[in-house]
Amino acid sequence: MAVDTSPAMDPAAGAKGARGRGGRVHKPGTPPPRRIRNALARHWYAWAMVAPVVLVIGLIIGYPLVRGVYLSLTDANEANVERTIGINHIPATYKTVGLDNFRAILKDQVFWDRLSWTVTWTVSCVALTFAIGLGLAVLLNRRFAGRTLYRSLLILPWAVPAFVSVFAWRLLYNEKNGILNKVLHGGGIDAVPWLNDPTMAKVSVIAVNIWLGVPFMLVALLGGLQSIPGELYEAAEMDGASPWQRFRHITLPGLRSVSSTVILLSTIWTFNMFPVIFLLTRGGPGDSTEILVTYAYRLSFVNSPRDFAGASAWGVLILLILMLFAVIYRRSLRKQGEVW
Amino acid sequence: MRRGIAATALVAAMALAATACGGDDGGSGDKKSGGHLSGTVTYWDTSNDAEKGTYKELALGFEKKHPDVKVNYVNVPFGEALAKFKNAAGSGGSGAPDVLRTEVAWTQDLANIGYLAPLDGTPALADQSDYLPKALAGAKFKGKTYAVPQVIDTLGLFYNKKMLKDAGVQPPKDWTELKAAAKKIKEKTGKTGLYLRGDDAYWYLPFIYGEGGDLLDTGAKKVTIDDEPGIKAFAAARDLVTSKAAETDATDGWDNMQNAIKNGDVAMTINGPWAIEDTLAGKAFKDKSNLGVVPVPAGSKGQGAPQGGQNLTVYAGSKNLDASYAFAQYMSSPEVQAKTTEKLSLLPTRTSVYSNKTVAANPNVKFFKAAVDKAVERPWIPEGNSLFQAILVQFPGVLTGKTSPEKAANAVGDAYRKLLKGDWK
Repeated sequence: MAVDTSPAMDPAAGAKGARGRGGRVHKPGTPPPRRIRNALARHWYAWAMVAPVVLVIGLIIGYPLVRGVYLSLTDANEANVERTIGINHIPATYKTVGLDNFRAILKDQVFWDRLSWTVTWTVSCVALTFAIGLGLAVLLNRRFAGRTLYRSLLILPWAVPAFVSVFAWRLLYNEKNGILNKVLHGGGIDAVPWLNDPTMAKVSVIAVNIWLGVPFMLVALLGGLQSIPGELYEAAEMDGASPWQRFRHITLPGLRSVSSTVILLSTIWTFNMFPVIFLLTRGGPGDSTEILVTYAYRLSFVNSPRDFAGASAWGVLILLILMLFAVIYRRSLRKQGEVW
Repeated sequence: MRRGIAATALVAAMALAATACGGDDGGSGDKKSGGHLSGTVTYWDTSNDAEKGTYKELALGFEKKHPDVKVNYVNVPFGEALAKFKNAAGSGGSGAPDVLRTEVAWTQDLANIGYLAPLDGTPALADQSDYLPKALAGAKFKGKTYAVPQVIDTLGLFYNKKMLKDAGVQPPKDWTELKAAAKKIKEKTGKTGLYLRGDDAYWYLPFIYGEGGDLLDTGAKKVTIDDEPGIKAFAAARDLVTSKAAETDATDGWDNMQNAIKNGDVAMTINGPWAIEDTLAGKAFKDKSNLGVVPVPAGSKGQGAPQGGQNLTVYAGSKNLDASYAFAQYMSSPEVQAKTTEKLSLLPTRTSVYSNKTVAANPNVKFFKAAVDKAVERPWIPEGNSLFQAILVQFPGVLTGKTSPEKAANAVGDAYRKLLKGDWK
């Protein structure tokens, strides 16, 4: 409790000190408890409302995050952390090893192979999902019969739990008994090794992820499209702008605030898209479709004894990569005059 | 692209350690003395769909012997059981079973991390001398016994007698004969000779043993998979697939294999006693005597198949240790073992059971017992189960001809050295 409430207090004191002009100068001898008490008395309800959120976030995100960073600097694994299992008590015997884990990972070809495929996977998934989502959104933004029906049908993949969709796809992809190959066979085409050939497996996982991701793009972009005033198009049409010109100079800029957000989000999600890869191919064949997070999972849950330190180090690296991406992305948006 | 899942994945990557090292302080000081047992015993069984009905019935039979004990039978898919047990046992013990059916290679792993109760001197191991020495060897770790052997097994070559007869071939004794037989089968019946699993590293073992090699030399602490025999083993397996004598898959291998043999699409598979019941359910085996079993084909240095099997282990954090010991003893008792043999053709681990009439008369038992006696013991080390992961990464590539056998063997060797750390060479 004490640990979790104190961060909530500190910013309070800091914010108050910065805002209250008179309070800027502190006399060393007179501590400010009275002002804090006053602030608490006046805004206690705000703190009371914020407290549960701070507590929950601190508990489910803050603590694991700090713990993960700490473990990444040790050689902890399943066999040397402290635990008491009924009649057995095992003391902790792991030690701090500094940045050894990170050095080992960065020297390892496995990391760079996984990173390059993860980047390929993310870029192709996001680019294609965005393109298809945008195309469908533009189509569905017109008035035509049955529009609502089409819209709800296109949302369907979003409504089915991801693991159910992925398992369904796995059945479709089965080389010997899958429906896709049965259909191709009917057309006189040889069986395609959807998940058994490294290249085809990569194409297959990307296809499934696009199928899962399009509805989200579609909904977000459709919302964006509807917020673009119709007068702009009318005016452009009066000026003789072609459909392509209207799309480039009205639609795309009008969508920018929506699209920059969904691209950022979907990049982060796709980068860490564990279920599609894991449930469809388990990273296979071999390790050809393994992305960074599935490899971290392998380290910590599949190998024995579970390598907590190594997996945490992978986790920290993944986090750093994503943070770096977010920072660069924000910078580039700001340069284009986007306030975000 | 679902937010919940994405967030979970992100948090999970960071949080896995935190959740997995919470300690459990709930000791089990309430050991009851005396012979009367009561309470609940939760049993996680990992047997497959064709077997689980029999196992459930047998497990519940314990309630008849001890009316005050309630058996909570849970069937957990084999592939998920180890991770599931570790998650439950490591995070404080709530949700972990009292007794777990463990693959032999899991035993040392779980004992090493302190999740298992040692069984020496407990009722669970009351008649240790009755067990096959090989089965018991797989239950030991650092001088203590952590498991009761339940069934023992090895791989054999399953074949469709009619298809081989139609093609005019004998069951092959080595890989060269198998290739020749597969060619004839293709000519005569148009079907593929062998289904070889490409998505499970266990199926690589007969190849390396056949070349006279092994994954590791645990005595000398040396990785041996990237020596000559290991490379030859990958080459031999690859040759079967690239020459079209065998077909394979990198995903859903078990289902595809079983469908193929059951429907008569392939003539042969490599499999163990646990698959007998399921295979016989196929339309190609309406006449049960159509299924033949012979030893796994030999390599250039001789015949060898891995020793496998299932043990019963007791969770160290069990709140009901006495009943758990008794349950483990019951599930490996002569009468239960005789029943599993009668109904599922599984191999007993007790010498005394083999003299039982129905057991002795079972042709599959007769065959597999001889095979088990010759089977190669696997390295009984905590990392034993993880050894498969590295092979599995290379196996599909080798089988389809994309990775060279040398490259694959070296990659697996390097992965082993990384995994085993310490003074392994």
